[in-house]
Amino acid sequence: MPSLGADMEAGRLVEWLVKPGDTVSRGDVVAVVETQKGAIEIEIFEAGTVRELTAALGDELPVGAPLAVVVAEGEAAAAPPEPAPEASAAPRPAPEPVVTPVPPPAPPAAPAPTPSDAAPAPTLPAAPAPAPPDAAPAPTPAQPAGGLRASPAARALAEARGVDLSALKGSGPGGAILYADVEHAAAGTPARKPAPMAEMRKAIAAAMARSKRTIPHFYMTQTIDVELVMTALEARNAEAPPEGRILLGALLVRAAVRAARAVPEMNGHYLDDRGFVPAEAVNVGVAIALRGGGLVAPALMDAGAMTLAGIMAGMRDLVTRARAGRLKASEMTEGTITVSALGETGAEAMAGVIFPPQVGLVGLGAPQLRPWVVDGAVVPRRVVTLTLSADHRVSDGRTAARFVAAFAEQVQTPEEP
Amino acid sequence: MTDYRAVFVEELTRVAPDIDPSTVGDGDHIQDDLALDSMDVLNLVAALHARLGVDIPERDYPEIATPARAAAYLAARAG
Repeated sequence: MPSLGADMEAGRLVEWLVKPGDTVSRGDVVAVVETQKGAIEIEIFEAGTVRELTAALGDELPVGAPLAVVVAEGEAAAAPPEPAPEASAAPRPAPEPVVTPVPPPAPPAAPAPTPSDAAPAPTLPAAPAPAPPDAAPAPTPAQPAGGLRASPAARALAEARGVDLSALKGSGPGGAILYADVEHAAAGTPARKPAPMAEMRKAIAAAMARSKRTIPHFYMTQTIDVELVMTALEARNAEAPPEGRILLGALLVRAAVRAARAVPEMNGHYLDDRGFVPAEAVNVGVAIALRGGGLVAPALMDAGAMTLAGIMAGMRDLVTRARAGRLKASEMTEGTITVSALGETGAEAMAGVIFPPQVGLVGLGAPQLRPWVVDGAVVPRRVVTLTLSADHRVSDGRTAARFVAAFAEQVQTPEEP
Repeated sequence: MTDYRAVFVEELTRVAPDIDPSTVGDGDHIQDDLALDSMDVLNLVAALHARLGVDIPERDYPEIATPARAAAYLAARAG
């Protein structure tokens, strides 16, 4: 079980997408787990052949527990195959080689969030399957209206226990029916555990409290004239079909990505035992508010290699999958800096809490029409206020000022996507 | 005859699968009441374009702010 995101310590296995004998490649999604923040897809980080599934559907597994045995090509089998175990709360040890999504040797090793402050962080790859430039996937189609969304494990349990899925109201992201929902319905009793949304609040509370307890935040703010870029975007979008339109949010994310490349002290993870570990790739986290409450901040992997159009497509895909509860574990753990924007309407500034173990968060208010001095005259201009939250263990005011300046320069420079 | 309100709500709940279509009122504002963000709105506009062939420019987004307004707008544009 890979790291699942800050302060999430366990997940329930709800779907296997491979079986013994299947060949797998690095980056393949092999399983789905339910977490405090909804369903997350588990990728594999080594190529080979699946020899054994050591975890059973329905198992609640701690981070670090083995899920499967995968034998690399040419590698000798370490032990004879055994049948998959019955579901149990405590997975038994698996023979070597165990391929939970473990890190490849390629540097830089970006850390996973630690379950506690004292625990050493395992390492994770910077990007398990880097997308080529502009290869951001098209948004995943949503489920058909009126269709029931439930994991195979939830469906199987419903069939076995005679539970009518159509009578259930899913409590997962996007209304998805979770394994736990079927369990509770089958028992005919209210949930023994807190509802998933309460679980999400617990996860957020743990991560944010740890952040504020351990990261000495400081903040740097600048209000930036975005009139030229917004005018350029509006003109461009007026000529483009909906699929080709670009939102201001994508432009702001790209500015943050480029600023992170220019100021690497803001892009990476802080580890208790190693200090700051800069990341080579910019995996920019994008904060997405969920309608039922709570939020997720999945990362757009290797966004530094993407064009503006690629970032826009990637953001659409992340939002669509966040709504449907189909984010990947790597997206939840390997962000190197996060952008949290208030959208196109609303408050003018936001000073955010850094998402550990990252060391910077870019908070962006909604555009505001303000009197502005341009060439010695006061004129109406649309402006956006950037507030950079930075980790004082890693950076100081001068470094933060360089980031803010780099961001402002990017945002104020209209260019073709 | 196409029921444009039904089409709109169907696409709305594809983009926002956590919204129960039976609870959507004619006057519900898709952003203020139903909490769609700007990315959701773009996804909705793209879905309506794909389904009905109606290209809704950004300046017309207020015309689809509620199911009632959207139904009238889509009927006029698709007809």
